[in-house]
Amino acid sequence: MKLSVDGLLVYFPYEYIYPEQYAYMLELKRTLDAKGHCLLEMPSGTGKTATLLSLIVAYMVEHPDVIRKLIYCSRTVPEIEKVIAELQNLMSYYQKNAPEPPALLGLVLSSRKNMCIHPEVSREREGKAVDGKCFGLTASYIREHHEIDPENNPICQYYEGFTLEGKESMMPPGVYSIDDLKEYGRMRNWCPYFLARFAITHAQIVVYSYHYLLDPKIAEVVSKEMTKQCCVVFDEAHNIDNVCIDSMSVKINRRIVERSTNALNNLQKLVQDMREDDANRLNDEYQRMVQGLKDAQVQRETDMVLANPVLPADVLKEVVPGNIRNADHFLSFLRRFVEYIKTRLRVHHVVQESPAGFLKDVASKICIERKPLRFCAERLASLLRTLEITDMTEYGALTLITHFATLVSTYTKGFTIIVEPFDDKTPTVINPILHFSCLDSSIAMAPVFKRFQTVVITSGTLSPMDMYPKILDFDPVIMSSFTMTLARPCLLPMIVSKGNDQVAISSKFETREDTAVIRNYGQLLVETAKTVPDGIVCFFTSYLYLESVVASWYDQGIVDTLLRYKLLFIETQDNAETSYALMNYVKACDCGRGAVLLAVARGKVSEGVDFDHHYGRAVLMFGIPYVYTQSRILKARLDYLRDQFQIRENDFLTFDAMRHAAQCVGRALRGKTDYGIMIFADKRFSRQDKRSRLPKWIQEHLVDSFCNLSTEEVMQLARRWLRRMAQPFTREDQLGISLLTLEQLENAEKEKLERQAQGKEGVGGEVMEL
Amino acid sequence: MTTSSEDVLLQMGEVRYKKGDGTLYVMNERLAWMAENRDTVAVSHRFADIKMQKISPEGKPKVQLQVVLHDGNSSTFHFVNRNGLQAMLEDRDKVKELLQQLLPNFKRKVDKELEEKNRILSENPNLLQLYKDLVITQVLTSEEFWATHAKEHAMKKNNKKQDIGVSGAFLADIKPQTDGCNGLKYNLTPDIILCIFKTYPAVKRKHQENVPSKMTEAEFWTKFFQSHYFHRDRITAGSKDIFTECGKIDDQTLKAAVQQGAGDPLLDLKQFEDVPLEEGFCSVAGDRNISNSGNIVHQNMIKRFNQHSIMVLKTCADVSGSSTSTANGPATKTKDSKSTENATANGGVEKSKSSKEGKASDADSNSTSNSTANGVLGSPDKPAKRQRIIEKIHYEDLGEPLIESADATDSSQKLKKSQQLSLAKEERYLHGPMPITGYDMHEDPRRMEEIQYHLMRATETWNQRTPAKVLVSPTAAVNALGELSPGGALMRGFHEQSVGQLVPPDFEKDLRNLYLSLSELLKHFWNSFPPTTAEAEERAVRMHDALQRFKMAKLVPFESRALHELSPLGASLTQHLNRLLQSANTKFATWQERKKRQNR
Repeated sequence: MKLSVDGLLVYFPYEYIYPEQYAYMLELKRTLDAKGHCLLEMPSGTGKTATLLSLIVAYMVEHPDVIRKLIYCSRTVPEIEKVIAELQNLMSYYQKNAPEPPALLGLVLSSRKNMCIHPEVSREREGKAVDGKCFGLTASYIREHHEIDPENNPICQYYEGFTLEGKESMMPPGVYSIDDLKEYGRMRNWCPYFLARFAITHAQIVVYSYHYLLDPKIAEVVSKEMTKQCCVVFDEAHNIDNVCIDSMSVKINRRIVERSTNALNNLQKLVQDMREDDANRLNDEYQRMVQGLKDAQVQRETDMVLANPVLPADVLKEVVPGNIRNADHFLSFLRRFVEYIKTRLRVHHVVQESPAGFLKDVASKICIERKPLRFCAERLASLLRTLEITDMTEYGALTLITHFATLVSTYTKGFTIIVEPFDDKTPTVINPILHFSCLDSSIAMAPVFKRFQTVVITSGTLSPMDMYPKILDFDPVIMSSFTMTLARPCLLPMIVSKGNDQVAISSKFETREDTAVIRNYGQLLVETAKTVPDGIVCFFTSYLYLESVVASWYDQGIVDTLLRYKLLFIETQDNAETSYALMNYVKACDCGRGAVLLAVARGKVSEGVDFDHHYGRAVLMFGIPYVYTQSRILKARLDYLRDQFQIRENDFLTFDAMRHAAQCVGRALRGKTDYGIMIFADKRFSRQDKRSRLPKWIQEHLVDSFCNLSTEEVMQLARRWLRRMAQPFTREDQLGISLLTLEQLENAEKEKLERQAQGKEGVGGEVMEL
Repeated sequence: MTTSSEDVLLQMGEVRYKKGDGTLYVMNERLAWMAENRDTVAVSHRFADIKMQKISPEGKPKVQLQVVLHDGNSSTFHFVNRNGLQAMLEDRDKVKELLQQLLPNFKRKVDKELEEKNRILSENPNLLQLYKDLVITQVLTSEEFWATHAKEHAMKKNNKKQDIGVSGAFLADIKPQTDGCNGLKYNLTPDIILCIFKTYPAVKRKHQENVPSKMTEAEFWTKFFQSHYFHRDRITAGSKDIFTECGKIDDQTLKAAVQQGAGDPLLDLKQFEDVPLEEGFCSVAGDRNISNSGNIVHQNMIKRFNQHSIMVLKTCADVSGSSTSTANGPATKTKDSKSTENATANGGVEKSKSSKEGKASDADSNSTSNSTANGVLGSPDKPAKRQRIIEKIHYEDLGEPLIESADATDSSQKLKKSQQLSLAKEERYLHGPMPITGYDMHEDPRRMEEIQYHLMRATETWNQRTPAKVLVSPTAAVNALGELSPGGALMRGFHEQSVGQLVPPDFEKDLRNLYLSLSELLKHFWNSFPPTTAEAEERAVRMHDALQRFKMAKLVPFESRALHELSPLGASLTQHLNRLLQSANTKFATWQERKKRQNR
C-alpha cells in the first residue's frame, strides 16, 4: 500500500499494516526530521524491519539531500540476510508501483568466510583461515612477486579481475544479498568481498554486522569513508553496550604469550634474513618512520588486516618514536613487553589495577614509556608488511599483544586491568588470564553518534529504556515504546512462584541447589510437556546451573518422565553440537512428535534462534538470569557506572537480568498469528521492581492474578488458553483492531492510533480473566 | 521370445520333443526347446514353474528327461545323440545336473509364495473355508481364487506393515525390580528389544555378533543393563565391556553428523558470527559464556541425552524417508493457521504467475538464474536457504509481499509431501475416544432449552393419564398373558420347536459355509455386471460357470443329503440359496439373450 506518513509518501510492500507500524513510522520520521538519535522499542513479530526500511527508503527518495545513506546493522548473519530479503521485497514493490522507481543500490557486507568464491580458499571453514589464505593471495607484495615469478606466487584470479575492471564501473542499482553478490562476482570474475567493500562507499543502503561500525580496528578498515548524512540503524540493539565493551577489550592468557614469543623468534629470523638479502627495504622503512611518512604510501586495501584498535580521534598523528623505528629495536622492545606480561601472569592472587598504574609499573620494571607503546600496533603492522608475511595466522597472538599495548597506553579512563591466576570455580587449576576490560560502553559508541546524523537504536526488548541513554551517553530526541495491538490475547505470561507442594521456587543463590526447588522446576516442566503441544523451550540462568539441574533431574527420574511426552534436547557449550541438536529439535517439532529444548539465557540460542509457531508454544524461564555477580570485571563495571553515571548497582543488575529474561521469553512470539505461553518460574519475578522492568507488551498481559501461581494453577490456565488459541484465526478477526487496511488507516485519527500503539488506550485485545 | 539379456547356459542339440527334432537350451531362468530350422521357441518353462524333473531309468532304450510343472503338466525330452547310448546319457546328465543346480534357487521363491498364502489362509478362517469349498471342490482354480477372491487379503498384508514408533522413554519403561536378594530384575519385552535395536544399531550389531555364539541372550542383556551405555551418567573410559565400543561408534557417527553441519542456515550457530578475530579479542563469540565446570559426568550425560533423542528421532526419520525439516515446516503447522495459510499460499502462487506473465521482476529472474547457476556450482542448498529466509520474514496477516520467487513456491510444493499415516480406525484418530453412543451432545444452549420445553410439555400430559382411562384391568391382563404363554389355553397347537432346534449343528455349519461361499461367488458375479468390455464379458461368463459348478459340486449334494436325513425340512433349508442362484441365472440368461439379439 502507499500511505502518507505525516506528509511523506511511503511505499509499504504489504496490503495491510499494523497500527503500531504506522506509529513507529511517525516517530521515526520525527527523528529524521530533527536529525537526531532515537530509541524505539517495538515487540518482535510486528514487522519492525519492513517498517524501518520502507520509511527510511521513502525518506531518502523524498529528501535525498538530508539522508543520503542508510546503514543497517544487525547482529547475526541470518538476521542480515533477512534484512536483505525484506529490502528486496520493498524494492520490487517500488519497481512495480512507483511511477519512477528509485535507482538505489543496496548491498550486504560480510566476512570473507561468507563471501569468498575462490575454489580453494572458500573451502576453509574457519573464518580466520579464510582471511589468512585470502591475504596470502591478494597482498600487494604477493602480487608484485607474481609479476616476476608467476609460478611460485599464485594469486587470486577474482581479485585480479576486480582490480582490473571493477573499480571503474558502478554496480547497477538493485539489492544484492550475499548469494547475489557471489553470483555477480562469478559472472564477471570479480571478487565479491572486495567488490562489496568498494561498493559500500557509494551504495545507498548498506547492511552489515555491528562490528563493522563499532569495532574501531575493523571500522577503520571498512567503514572509513561514510558520509555524515547517514541514518544508522542498530537492530536487535538490546545488547549494544556489551558489543561496545567487547570491541575495546582484550584478554591475554598463557597460550597467547607463548605464541607471541614464538612469533617474535620467527620475526627475528626473518629480519636477519632480510638484512642479508635486501637491506634496502628495511632502510626504506626506517626512513619512512623518520620522516613520519608512514601514511604517504597509499595503503592498499588488501594489506590492511586490522587497523589501530583505538578510536580514530585518539590516534596520535606523530612521527614514530626513535626507539622503535629500527626493526631490531622494535622486536627487542616487544620481547621485553611480552616478558613483562609473562611475569605479570605469574601471580597467585588476583590483581586489579588501573591502566595508569600498569603503565607506571611497566616504566619502572622494563623502562618502557607510554609513547612508544601507543605506536605498537601500527609499528607491528608496518613491519609485517615490510617483511612481506604471507601467513598472518601465525602472528595473531602478537598482534593481540600490540593492540593491548596501544589500548592500555591510550586510554586511562574507563578501563581496568584484572589479572586472575585461576578460575573461581576451579581454584586448583592454574590458568592465569590478564583481562584488559573496557568499562564504559559509551567510549566505542561516542564516535558513531558524533559521526552520523541519525542513529536509531531499536529492538523488541529495550525496557527499561531510560538505562540506554545513560550507559551509551547520548541524548535521544525520541524515546518510545510500542505495544502489540492484538485481536486475541496471543501471549500468556504467568509467574510461577511455588510448586504444587507450596515450596517457593527461585533460583536465588541460597536455594538453587535445594532439591525441593529443583524437583518443583522439574515437575513444572513435566506438566508443561503434558499440556502444551509441539515445542517447548526452557532457559536456565547459566550453563552451570543447567548442568547441575539436569543431573539432579536424572537422579530424580524426572528426565525419564519427560521423555515419555517429548524428546529432550540440550544446549551444550559446543556450537556445532548445539546446532545439530537444534536441527533435530526442529525436526521433532515438524514431525509432530514434540520436543523440549533446554537452553541458557545469554547463550547463542537465546540470542539468535527464533522459536516461532510450533517451534515454541511455551517458554519457561527458570530463575532470573542475573549475570554472574562474583565476576571481578562485572564488579569493576558496576563501580564505574555508579561513579560516572550514578547508576546504582542493583538497578543495573536488574536491568540486565530483565532484558535477558524478556529476550529469552520473546523468542516464542514472532507475529500476531503466532501464540505462546511465557512462564517465569521464580518467586522474585512477581516483585514490582522486576515486573515493571519487563517490556510493556508483556507487562500488559501480566495481570496481578497471574503473578503468584502454583504449578497446577498455571496448567489449568494454560489448558483453557490453548483451547481458545486453537480456534481458527482469520484476517477478518484482526481487521480494524490489530490490522488495518489503507482505508481504515486514513479514517482513523493519527493521534488515536499513536496512543493505541503506545498502549495508553485499550483496544480489543482483552486480557484473559482468571 | 528369448530376450537378449538371457544367457544360454547350456545348449544341447539332438533333443526330440513330441517327435520333432530340435535343440534344448538351459538358460538363466528357464528351459527352452526350439525345433530344428525354426527360430521360435516351441517349449519354454520358467524354472519357477518347474516342480521337479524325472529321468528315465537306467537300461531303458529311450533316454528321456521329464520336467513336471506345478500345474501338473509335464514335458518330456528325448535325447537322440547319434553317437550312441553313452553320448545320450551324457547329454541327459549334463542337463540334469545343471537343472539340479538351478532349480533350488527358484524353488525358494515358489515356497515363499506358498508360505505366504498358507499364512494368509491360516490367519483368516473364513478364507480358508472358502478355499476348501471353492478350490478343493474345483469350483475355481487356485489362481483364480487368489487373483479375485483373496486379493484384498493379500494386499492388506502388504500394506499392514506399519511400524510402531519408538517412545522416547522406552529405556525408562524397563523398570528394575529388586528380587529380594540384592539383585535387580529387568523385564524386557520383544517390543522394547525392538526399540533398542532400532534406536541403537550398534547394539543390534553386537547382539548379532555375540548371541548365541559367545553368550546367551540373557547374558547379553544383563551385560547391557550393567553397561555405562544404559546408565547414562557413567563414563566410558575405564569400563571394559562389550558396549564400550558401541558408545564409541555412536560418538563417531554423531561427530560426523555434527561436522556435516546443521543444513539450515538459520539454525547453524557457527555461521552466526560474522567477525573472525583472534581468540583474545573479547568480541569473539563464545568466550563470554565459557565457564567450564569441569564436571565431565554431567557434560557426558547431557551429550547422551541429546544423542538419545537424536537417535530416537532418526528411527522415525528412517521411515518417513527424506522429508527435510524445511519442507515440513509449512505443512505441519497446527490446525488453526492451516486453513488461512493454504488460502494465502494459493493466492501467492497465482499472483507470482501473473507477475511472471506480465513482466518478470528483477528479483525473479535473478533468483531463478541463481538457482540454476548454483546448482552447477555445487551448492544446491541455496534456493532452500532463500526460501527459508522468505518464509521467516513473511507475515501472513500482512498479506503477500509482492515478490515471491516462483522457484521457491514450486520447490515448497514439491517438498510438501509427507509421510502418510495409515490408520486402522480412522474415526478414533479424528475424534479421540468416542463417547458412549446413543446419547447426543447438545452443545447449543438454545436447543437445550427447546428440548427442556418439550420435556415439560410431555410430562404435563402424564398427569392426565388417570387409572380411569386404563382399558383392561390388571388382573385380566395378567390372565391373558398367562393364556398366551406356552402351555396356556390359547397356545395348544403350537410346536415349541424352531428351525434352529430342528436342524442338527453339523447341517447348520455346512449351511453357513454354503452361504459364505455362495455369497462370495455371487458378489463377484454381480460385480461383473454390466459387462462393458470384452474382458468383463468373459469374466461374467466365467463367474456364471463357477456358479454352476458350485451348484453341482456343493449345493446339490447338500440338498440330497438334507432331503435324505431331514425329510420334513430338507427342501426349505436351501430354498433361499436356490432363489439366489436362480436370480443370478435369469440375469445371466437375459444378458445372453440380449447379446445374441444384438449380434444378429
